[in-house]
Amino acid sequence: MARRRLDLTFPPRQATKAIAYHLVKDYDLVPNFLRAQIQPGQQGRMLVEVSGKKESIDAAITFLGHEGITVAEAASDLNLDEDRCVACGLCTAVCKPGALSLATGDYALVFDKDKCVYCEACVVACPRRAVTLTF
Amino acid sequence: MAKSWEEINARIARGEAVVVTAEEFAEIAKADGVKAAARKVDVVTTGTFGPMCSSGVFLNFGHSDPPIKMGTITLNDVPASGGLAAVDTYLGVTEPSLTKGIEYGGAHVIEDLLSGKAVRLKATGPGTDCYPRTEIDTWVTLEELNQAYFFNPRNAYQNYAVAVNSSDRAVYTYLGPLLPRLGNATFCSAGALSPLLNDPTYRTIGVGTRCFVAGAPGYVAWEGTQHNPNQTRDEHDVPVAPSGTIAVIADLKAASPEFFSAATFTGYGVSSFVGIGVPIPVLDEEIAETLALTDADIQATIIDYGVATRSRPSFGRVTYAQLRSGEITIEGRKVPTGPISSLPKARRIATVLKEWVGERRWTLAPPLQPLPQPGSQAFKPLEIRNEEAV
Repeated sequence: MARRRLDLTFPPRQATKAIAYHLVKDYDLVPNFLRAQIQPGQQGRMLVEVSGKKESIDAAITFLGHEGITVAEAASDLNLDEDRCVACGLCTAVCKPGALSLATGDYALVFDKDKCVYCEACVVACPRRAVTLTF
Repeated sequence: MAKSWEEINARIARGEAVVVTAEEFAEIAKADGVKAAARKVDVVTTGTFGPMCSSGVFLNFGHSDPPIKMGTITLNDVPASGGLAAVDTYLGVTEPSLTKGIEYGGAHVIEDLLSGKAVRLKATGPGTDCYPRTEIDTWVTLEELNQAYFFNPRNAYQNYAVAVNSSDRAVYTYLGPLLPRLGNATFCSAGALSPLLNDPTYRTIGVGTRCFVAGAPGYVAWEGTQHNPNQTRDEHDVPVAPSGTIAVIADLKAASPEFFSAATFTGYGVSSFVGIGVPIPVLDEEIAETLALTDADIQATIIDYGVATRSRPSFGRVTYAQLRSGEITIEGRKVPTGPISSLPKARRIATVLKEWVGERRWTLAPPLQPLPQPGSQAFKPLEIRNEEAV
C-alpha cells in the first residue's frame, strides 16, 4: 500500500467532474480530501491524500492528466514565518493530528508535513500570526 | 554557609562571581548536592517569556508649535490615554486598533516602535489659552520621543493555571483555543526557570530589584496588580496556582524586539509576550533548595475554562514535567498539552542575564521594600452592588 498527497488544479471547464468516483471505482484508491476550492466556471484546487497500490496511484495520476487536471505533489502549503515565531508552542496544543510538536531538549517547533491535514487550527491559534496556508 | 549581598557583589565586581541559570543550578545541585551548589554558585539567573496583558508604555511626544493639550490620542489608530499632561500618554498593550480590531493593538505599536518604524500620531485637544492647537496629525519614532518607558503593572506571574475545557464547544481564551470535552490543555509558565518560582517567598525580589525587562535593564517598581501571596503552597513553599506578581519599569529605548512580541489571541484580544528575568543571589542553603527545584517538583492547578464563572472548577494538579511531556491524564483520559510561554526564549533571557551579571558586572541590591509576604494581604473580588449596599 502506498500513500501520496496530491495537489490537483482543475481548469475552469473541468471543475464539476466527479473525480472521487473514478479514483475509487476505476483505481481502487481511498481518497481523503483535505482541502478543496471548487467554484463552477472557475479554476479549482483540491488537496487529496490517496492510499492504494503504487501502480494504481500512478495510473490514476495519468488518468487525471488526460482529464486536463494538473497534478503536483502537495508542496509546502503550511508556511511558518520563522522571524515572527517566538516558539511559544500554542500551535502544538491545537494540532490534533500531531503535525506540530516541540522537540524534546531544545523545545524548538517541529513540523511534520505528512501528518498535517490542513485544518487551519494552528493558523487561528498562533498569537504571532506566523502560520499561513497558501492553499 | 551563608553569603551576604556585599560578599556576592564584591565577587561580581572582581569578575569572580559564579553565575549560572536556574536550569544549570539544578544540574549542579543534582550532581554535587544542594550544599555544595550553594557554596559554589553566587548568582542564579531566571527568565520567562509569556503573554503579559498588564503591560504598556509611558510616552512623552514633546510640544508642537503652537502646542496642543492632547485629549484623544491614537498611535497607528490605536487609542492611548489622554488623561495625563498635555503631551504625555500611556499606551496599554491590549488596546485594540479602531480600524483593525484585535489584529493590531497597543502591543503591535510598541513592537513597531522597537523595530525603528515610524508611527502615526493623531490627537485632538480642546484648545486653551496655553495650548491653542486643537488637532495634530504627524509621525513619530522611538528615537525622537523624549521619554519612552515600560511601566508594566503586572508581569512574571508566579505560577499560572493549566487551562482545559469540559464543555461541548471550543472556547477562545487568553490561554489560547481550548478544544471541547478536554480536547487539550494549555499552560503558561517557564516553570523551574520562572523568576518568582525560584524565590517563592520573595526574600530577594522586591521593590528596587534589578531585572531584565524586554531586553532592557529595569527594576521591580512595586508589587504587581493581583499580587496574591496567600495562595496554596507546597512543601517547598512554592505556590501551586497564580500568586505573586511584580510591576516593572524599564527604558523602552534600551529594549529589544527580540524580547517583546505583540500577540493576538483569536476570540480574546491583544496581548504581548514580555521577556522578564531576575538574578537571584544564592544567600544560603534555604534559597538554594528552591533554586534547585526542577519542573518535576513544581505543580500547577488544572482549571476548567469551559465554565464561565469567577470560581472555576479544578481537575487537580500536575507538574510542569508532566505538562512538558506533551500529555497529561485527567480523570483517566489522556489530554494533549501545549505551552504558551516560550521556553527557548526564557532560556535565552536567563543566559543573557548571566552575561549581564557575570561579564558586565551587574551588581545586585537587596529589596528597598519587600513585596507583601504570605499572610500579609487578602486578594479581593469585585462585588456588584448599589451605593446603599456599600
